[in-house]
This record gives sequence, structure tokens and C-alpha cells, in this order.
Amino acid sequence: MRKVRIRIGALIRAIVVLGICYIILMPLFTKLSSAFMTERDLYDQTVKWIPRNPTLDNFKLVWRYMKYPEAFKNSFLLALSVSLLQLAACTVVGYGFARFQFRGRNLLFGLVVFTLIVPPNLIMIPMYLNFRYFDLFGLLPDGGINLLGSYWPFILMAATGTGMRNGIFIYIMRQFFRGMPRDLEEAAYVDGAGPFTTFFRIMLPGAVPAMVIVFLFGFVWQWNDYFLTNIFMGGQTLLPLTLDSLVFSASGLVTGGMMLTGQYASLINNTGMLLFMAPLLVLYAFLQRYFVESVERTGLVG
Amino acid sequence: MGNKRLSLEQQKTLMGYLFTLPFTIGFLLFVLYPFIQSILFSLSELQITQQGFELNFVALENYRYAVAVHPTFVRVFFETVLKMLTDVPLILVVSFFAALLLNQQFRGRTVARVIFFLPVIMGAGIILAMEQTDYMMLLHSAPAADTTAVGGDALRNLLFQMNLPETLLEYVVSAVERIPQIIRASGVQILIFLAGLQSISPALFEAADVEGATAWERFWMITFPMMSPLILTNVVYSIIDSFTSAYNELIVLIRSTAFGGAGYGVSSAMSWIYFLAILVILGITIRIISRNVFYHE
Repeated sequence: MRKVRIRIGALIRAIVVLGICYIILMPLFTKLSSAFMTERDLYDQTVKWIPRNPTLDNFKLVWRYMKYPEAFKNSFLLALSVSLLQLAACTVVGYGFARFQFRGRNLLFGLVVFTLIVPPNLIMIPMYLNFRYFDLFGLLPDGGINLLGSYWPFILMAATGTGMRNGIFIYIMRQFFRGMPRDLEEAAYVDGAGPFTTFFRIMLPGAVPAMVIVFLFGFVWQWNDYFLTNIFMGGQTLLPLTLDSLVFSASGLVTGGMMLTGQYASLINNTGMLLFMAPLLVLYAFLQRYFVESVERTGLVG
Repeated sequence: MGNKRLSLEQQKTLMGYLFTLPFTIGFLLFVLYPFIQSILFSLSELQITQQGFELNFVALENYRYAVAVHPTFVRVFFETVLKMLTDVPLILVVSFFAALLLNQQFRGRTVARVIFFLPVIMGAGIILAMEQTDYMMLLHSAPAADTTAVGGDALRNLLFQMNLPETLLEYVVSAVERIPQIIRASGVQILIFLAGLQSISPALFEAADVEGATAWERFWMITFPMMSPLILTNVVYSIIDSFTSAYNELIVLIRSTAFGGAGYGVSSAMSWIYFLAILVILGITIRIISRNVFYHE
């Protein structure tokens, strides 16, 4: 009797797990199948997933109109520099919160949480204008410099731990450092090492697992971001932006300026999305172990 | 030198300030300053000039405009807040359930985990926004939508016969119909719950087994209370996540109002109304949940 119940339980579990996996993978399958389709396949009732006349034309078109090589390079540099900078900032700040007693610490940490609760759209307009007329709050000559369209808005925010969802990263690093044993540090202090030596030589090597997580999430979120990228760098050759305007720029060639049919536009968009996601999927394939084991390692919970 | 030397205590205080300095600077410049500005903007009419911008104080006029004059703001506001209030509990239940599944031993568990966390990578930002209106996506989810619609009808009839209140009935039916959307929004929450499940000491379960507890009792007496702090974490995370979600129509409205609509002032006022509503909701939820949270220490 018990055995039967366990069997049934396992069967139900298998069905539920498979069902969820299908729901999650469906968008990916859709993109894969559309990317190789011709418009004729779309109107063919017998074609559902497997294209009858597989083609690489969509890829060629998208590669060109997404300005893929250049946009990829720019997006990669942006995501890499932003995620490295915010990793450095959040690690240092997280360590400060975890290991030093100072007046106002709890208040300051409350402010970290506060940065998370403030919706990006609330400070979007002031940020836009501040970076448009960036005068370092009155220090630079009147009019200021226009930082929009450059990497600077992102770099400044990442380097100070106030970029996209950086509060979460500071929190993760703090929790991780709190969970590390104090013995090593104490020993280093006794041996006469200063706080900086101790931090770089003793604590950092031990914090690598948490740092990998912060780096990966930072990279992925920056890569996928359209909201801030569009506000700070609208019109630049970056993947989220060229993907967004893909159909518009491609319609010039295909129909000579006429709007594409919704169906054909969809094929192009799906190909574009596939190319947009591809680098992340490759990254995930190599590093999924870190993602999957991630939060357990960071001690976020314990 | 000897005199100037700080005590260890003072040194540590100094180091604390030094290490957290990047954030302090960033907070002042890129959070607090624009935050205060946004209050001013919401109370002013903003004009772009050669030298930058100028503010003309108009008191609550922008708020009045947003609430009383703007054709869609009030409707979109209530829809968005309501959607968040209904989605967050669903996301919590789904992600808790998924984490429980992934924490069990079964063949293919590693693969299942890799797939379950995929939405963290690809179900975000611009992709999610484009998928919503994409022809092929709609085409492929259409059969599924049909069956859930049929399932929805069957479910509706079933629930109707059980004499459930109308609102609850509608909630359950629409929840079932939105399962795909919910699952794809649950990646990080599953990750957090799963980590929590793995941090529960096996000794607790062994003790429960010795006492002869059933699986049901073990869940409610050990798993659930041990996970309760993370429920709070996930509620807060899900609410924050909804700010940047592609499904958030209010954000879209606020943005289009700012750039090319009724202007920066009205857009700021809308943002503030939304922010205050969220603060109230967060405050109430945190209060309710933390009263029932069980802390191990």
C-alpha cells in the first residue's frame, strides 16, 4: 500500500515538473522554431514547430539590422564594466556593514534597503536631467556636461553601489561576510595586519562564491535592462535598443519603407530575441552550477 | 605618533565609515538628491532652458491633474495595484511549491533545477516585454490558452456549484489562467526558498520522525515555520520586482507621460502617488507577516 502511494506520488511529481518545464521552455522553443521559418511556413497550416522550408535569411537580416557585432561589443563592455564595478563597491560596502561597529550603522543599512524600495521610475526624471546637465551639483561651470549617451551614468552609479538593485548585492555580501568565521581575521590583526590587508588577503579569497553570484546577477540584469539603458543611452548601438527598433529598421529594406506584416515582423523579432539571449544562454550553460547552488553558498538565508 | 594613535575602537569606527563610504556618496548623489528633486518636480511645472531647467511652483496642481483630469491614470493605477496584490500571493505559493518539489530527491533533479531557474536569465526586461505582443508566442500559447479557458469554464462551474463568493471565484479562475506568467516571474523566489529549505537542519526532521510525526505534521511544524522569514523576504522582493516588470502598465504610462505626454511634473506626481501606495502596502504586509514570523534564534 505504501509503495503504491509512493509510486503515485512520484508520477504526479513527474507530471508537474514536466509541465512546469514545458511552460518555461515554450518561449525558447518558439524563438528557435520561428528563427528558421520563412513567411510561407507561417501560412502553412501543417507547420507548427518544425519549419518546412528552413532558412537562414532571418538570421542574416537580423544580424545586419541589429548591428549585431557592434551592438554586442558595446553591450558586453557595458555589462562587464558595470557588473565588475558594482561587484567591487558592494563587496567593500558589505564588508564594512558586516565587520565594523560604528555609529549610524543601522541607519545607513536602512538606507540600503530604502534604495531597493524606491521605484526606479520615481527618480528617473531627476536622474535624466542631472545627467543631461551634469554639473557635479554646482561644482562645474554652468550648463554642465551632457553625460547622456555615454557609459558614465551607469559607471558612476555602479561604482557607488547604487546601480540597479545594488541593495540586494550589498545585502548578500554583508550576510556572507557575517557568516565567515572571525578567527582568521583576529589572527591577522594579532599578527599586525591592517584592516585593508586583512580584507584583501584573508577575507576576499573566502568570499569568491558570493562574489560570483553578485557578478553573474549583475551582468544578467544589466544585459537585459531596457528601462535605464533607454533613458541614459537612447539611440546608441546597444543590443536592447537595436532589438527594440529591429522591425522598424528592417522594414526599410524588406518592403521599401512599408510596415512589415505582423507575422513576418514576429519572425524577425523572435530571431532577434534569440540572438539577444544567446550570449546569456551560453554563459548560463557554463555557469549554471553557480546559479543553481548560488544562494545556498552565499549564506543569504542562514 | 604615539599620541595620535587611535584606539582600536576608534580605528574600527573609522574603518566602518571608510568601507561604507562608496555607498554613502552614491546614496547622497544618486538616490537622496534625485529623490528630493522628484518631490519638488511633482509640485512644480518644469521648463527646459538653455542653462538647464527651471521650476515654477504650482503646489498640488500636478496631483490634481493626474487624479482628476488625466484620462487613464486612475484606472491604470488601480489595475496595477490590484494586479500586484493578486500576483504576489500567487508567486509566493507557486515558488514555495516549486522549491519543495526541487528539494526532493528524484531522477533528473539537476536538469529540472537548471530549467526552473532559466526565467531568471531570459524572462526579464525587454524579452518579456516583446513576448507579450509577439504573434508567434500568441500562436503557440493559443492552444494552451484554449484549454485553460475551457478548464477555466469547467473550474468556474465547479466553484460556482460550491457556492463560493463571486470575487474568490474570479480570483481562482484568473489565477489558474495566469499560471504560465506567474511561473516565469518566480525564478529568484524559488532560488531563495530552495536555499532556505536546504538550510533547515536535518536533525529537526530526524527528531520528528522519532516522535512519529506524519509528513503533513512535519511540514506544518518544521518546514513552514522555518521558512517564514523567507516569506517576508520574498514578498518584499516580488513587490520590488513588479516595479521593473514588463507587465507593469503604470510604469509605462508614467514614462510616456514624462517623455512626450503631460510633462515631467505630472509624471513625477504620478510616481509619487504610486510610491506612497506601495509604501502603505509594504508597511501593512510587513507588519502582518513579521508578527507571524518564527525566528530560529
